[in-house]
Amino acid sequence: MRDINEHTPGEDLIIKTAVRLMVPFAQLFGLYVIVHGHYSPGGGFQGGVILGAAFIMLALAFDVKTSQQYMTIRVNTVFNNLGAAIFVGVGALSAIFGGLFLDYSALDKLIPMGPVEWRSFGIFLVEVGVGFTVMSIMVLLYWNLSSGGAMDEGL
Amino acid sequence: MKGLALLATMVTGALLLYGTGDFPPWGDPQDPASTYLSPVYIEKAVEQTHVPNIVTAILGDYRGYDTMFETVVIYCAGMAVLSVLRRNREDEE
Repeated sequence: MRDINEHTPGEDLIIKTAVRLMVPFAQLFGLYVIVHGHYSPGGGFQGGVILGAAFIMLALAFDVKTSQQYMTIRVNTVFNNLGAAIFVGVGALSAIFGGLFLDYSALDKLIPMGPVEWRSFGIFLVEVGVGFTVMSIMVLLYWNLSSGGAMDEGL
Repeated sequence: MKGLALLATMVTGALLLYGTGDFPPWGDPQDPASTYLSPVYIEKAVEQTHVPNIVTAILGDYRGYDTMFETVVIYCAGMAVLSVLRRNREDEE
């Protein structure tokens, strides 16, 4: 277990400090891009990549183990499965409630708030699912590729 | 086996190239996409989905399958890297 504030010789203090300051803002911006996809360019893919980049920055400036303190392998696995499951689940749920697969307006029977509003909200749910999967897969790819599959120290 | 894979790839590629011959010309104002599909999206998307960003409306709603399988492609890429590269400490000892 390593403390993120602890300084070890041989690692660049400037890079570590900059990354420590940037990560929260990058994550906030990623969430903004996902949530604001309805009104501006953005959405699940773009926001997910930004969220993943925040963890990759941590892994670059410190090491893979440090980034795994903030997202463990188990959480990562949960996230990438959950994201895909949300997308398919929303689609299947709308099929169960009498619409076509991925026809979100059918979910009006589940929680009545208007078919048109449900189409808007369904897109949001799906984008969140995409964001989860893209974020955790990006982090997973970096962890595996940088450490040759051992997921220990990394670059 | 390699020759068979090459043959399958070549045949599929040739079929796809042959299929593009029936496409309408690039940017033709009379093709079905320009006469029917795009105007419907532009005129009805906000009304039908209440999403001001038409790109999001098309990606998330009208083209939901496309986006779903894009996600599955990324998921599969992650799983492929995981299954090729991942090794546990216990395996090596």
